[in-house]
Amino acid sequence: MRDPTMKDIIQVKNISFNYSGQPLLFDGLSLDVHEGEWLALIGQNGSGKSTLARLIDGLNVLKKGQIFVDGLLVSDQNVFDIRNKIGMVFQNPEDQFVGATVEDDVAFGLENRQIDREKMHQLVKTSLENVNMWEFRDRIPANLSGGQKQRVAIAGIVALSPKIIILDEATSMLDPQGRQDILDLVRQLKEKNHLTVISITHDIDEAASADRVIVINKGQKIDEDIPGKIFSNTEQLARIGLDAPYTAQLIAALKRRHFDLDKEYLDREGLIAWIKQLVSTK
Amino acid sequence: MTNFLFGRYLPGNSWIHQMSPQSKLLLSFYFVIVIFFANNLVSYGVLALLIIVVILLSGVSITFFLKGIRPLIWLIIFTVGLQILFSSGGTILWQWGPFSITNLSLINGGFIFIRFLLIIMISTVLTLTTTPLAIADGVQTILKPLKRVHFPVDTLALMLSIALRFVPTLMDEMETILNAQRSRGVDFGSGSLTHRVKAAVPLLVPLFTGAINHAENLSTAMEARGFTDSEHRSKYRIYRWQLKDTLSWIVFLVAGGLVLYLRK
Repeated sequence: MRDPTMKDIIQVKNISFNYSGQPLLFDGLSLDVHEGEWLALIGQNGSGKSTLARLIDGLNVLKKGQIFVDGLLVSDQNVFDIRNKIGMVFQNPEDQFVGATVEDDVAFGLENRQIDREKMHQLVKTSLENVNMWEFRDRIPANLSGGQKQRVAIAGIVALSPKIIILDEATSMLDPQGRQDILDLVRQLKEKNHLTVISITHDIDEAASADRVIVINKGQKIDEDIPGKIFSNTEQLARIGLDAPYTAQLIAALKRRHFDLDKEYLDREGLIAWIKQLVSTK
Repeated sequence: MTNFLFGRYLPGNSWIHQMSPQSKLLLSFYFVIVIFFANNLVSYGVLALLIIVVILLSGVSITFFLKGIRPLIWLIIFTVGLQILFSSGGTILWQWGPFSITNLSLINGGFIFIRFLLIIMISTVLTLTTTPLAIADGVQTILKPLKRVHFPVDTLALMLSIALRFVPTLMDEMETILNAQRSRGVDFGSGSLTHRVKAAVPLLVPLFTGAINHAENLSTAMEARGFTDSEHRSKYRIYRWQLKDTLSWIVFLVAGGLVLYLRK
């Protein structure tokens, strides 16, 4: 499934980290992110997912081990170059809105990079058009919905044209429709701009549409595979306190009613096809 | 309160809307100083005429404007009333205990009334035609010379714009906390003074901790978006001094000169 020409855009090598006064959160964690993939990081609250994202972006400082982002070591010297390559969308839409209006917020990252004003206006316009928020450019954050604020946050990142987008539970405060809209939007942007996406999430259905899933529990990587394999292992998911995706639950319910299905997990289309086949053979 | 205009911004595209915020701010200061130089009816007439032209140029209808500042009239009348009753000098027209009305105090009261009105009018025109963001930018431009003495002007401007951006957010949160505490039986706004102060604690503590959380998350998000310091940044918005500003200043300077010439 993995294209051998793809390189690892992020390499996390044997890292250890703890917040001051607290026990070690990571002890020798290693993982890789392949270029151009959509990686889902799943795990319970407190498993270290968000901390990992902060370490990758250089927002927290490592105790031991190394992280490489696109060939650069995450360190004090490189931290600004690394942040140029990574765009992060955080959980709370209210807390990452720096600008007084939509336009000013998208411009914030560009201002920090001292981009020329004409170019800035043009970039702000195209990025807001990309997320369908251009007609909202004069609005203040108080007059926007949560989903719209997250769109603006994404536009602010797209304007900087990063290679990697990290969604740090970016959809967890949105309603199902808003969540789907944001994920569709990021998917489009990913295809168009050949981005690597790391999505940190509790939402199993969101993870089910990723290219690859890494399961983290108590700071340890306990599994990594394609979603189909991960979600087939319902016992493991239950053991670390995660739900099985909807289709896996449906399959389990059908099994309890003595329908014979040899698979543990199928995606939506696969399940529909199987049920159709089942109905027609009866 | 819906018609209350003081401190509000009305979107528009008039002459005054298009002026740069720094010149509007400075013009308002200048105008307030000129008001204190006027001391007879003719000089006040000049200023009143000027402010009427300014209001007309701002695209707000005069009746709407007057209605909007009407709630403040009571405050002015109260102050003017005190001034009239307690000042001395001139011929006494009416006296009762410590209170007296003289011809001079009436004239003084009248002037204070006009001064108040003019100051409120010019500052209302300023806030009506300038967004809070533009005012913050104007302050930054005006304070720029202070950079020479190492005053952190850019940082101050950034703080000002973030503060303005969070005002509605924190207002919303206060409303939510207020209702949440009410639903748990906290009684705001009734009882003795000590009771009311105590009732404010379950409102203020969550509001403060919320603000600290906002600050922490916001600073992380700012850093992740490449913020290093407030000096090495380019600016998305720029408010240039335009021909309109120069023309307005000429008119205001002429009016100021006229006031100085006409005063007794």
